Amino acid sequence: MSRFSDFRKGFLHGIPIGLGYLSVSFGFGIMAVNSGLTVLESTLISLTNLTSAGQAAGVTVIASGGTLAEMALVQLTINIRYALMALSLSQKLDKSFTFPHRMLASFGITDEIFGVCAAQESPLTPFYMYGMILIAMFGWVLGTFLGAYAGELLPASVSAALGLVLYGMFLAIIVPPSRKEKSVLSVVLISALLSVICYYLIPSLSGGFAVIVCAVSASVLGAILFPREEES
Amino acid sequence: MSVSIYILVMAGVTYLIRFFPFAFFRKKITSKFLRSFLYYIPYAVLSAMTIPAIFYSTGNLITAVVGTVIALILSFFELPLIVVALSASLGAFLTGLLL
Repeated sequence: MSRFSDFRKGFLHGIPIGLGYLSVSFGFGIMAVNSGLTVLESTLISLTNLTSAGQAAGVTVIASGGTLAEMALVQLTINIRYALMALSLSQKLDKSFTFPHRMLASFGITDEIFGVCAAQESPLTPFYMYGMILIAMFGWVLGTFLGAYAGELLPASVSAALGLVLYGMFLAIIVPPSRKEKSVLSVVLISALLSVICYYLIPSLSGGFAVIVCAVSASVLGAILFPREEES
Repeated sequence: MSVSIYILVMAGVTYLIRFFPFAFFRKKITSKFLRSFLYYIPYAVLSAMTIPAIFYSTGNLITAVVGTVIALILSFFELPLIVVALSASLGAFLTGLLL
């Protein structure tokens, strides 16, 4: 495929992500301004970080006047899952993915972009990822700006419903393979069950950390119970 | 302390976490266990992120459940991501108008 058609495909696959981000980051923008940041600072955080839980925690650290070491540690704990995702994606990169492309594209590895990329059957090309990252970043940054600048303008009924977009997309990614493979279905159900347990019984566990614990446990179990043959 | 220094540290740490494994890991993983683990991890991550959070995503349990059911049905029939996502959201929105 040509660079343009790769880019276009990634862009189209990224539209639900961008729309979902628009609504989620809207909330982040409101929160950041309420924590004492300016509109510019809030938007700049979204532009340079492109991560939801890490940014929210970062704003809390800034608002409470924490140290830079605390900031670094908080980001490391919440975002360490990206290292796992980056490692997973590194296994399915196309030959055209040279070092400079890796340097650039790694910036855009988020839960959602990872989810969609990992579910692709063909090897990942740089421009496929760029298309997806561009539209996702656009939604994330624009939403933050709008939320920070004019948080109260969107009707509540619309912003509430927009909260579902991202999760609907997640289901669209996990349901089809779960339908085809019992192993994937088992891992998905175990992970969901663990997540429910964490959510209701261990509320002190932060959201980002809970996801790591649940997903790693479920995947380890899956790898033991249902090891995959060569060439998945 | 200046906010821009905080932002710099935030962005720097977050980028390096993503950059190192992506840029420097080139060998194909041969361990069957590790390959299986890496195959399952995206689905497990998305599942843990979705359940139970999806039921609180609209601020109203009923609209969220309607949206979730729509998403499950449409994704069962493998409709495109954006169709599933927007239909679920639209379903929740319309349900909210009826309540």
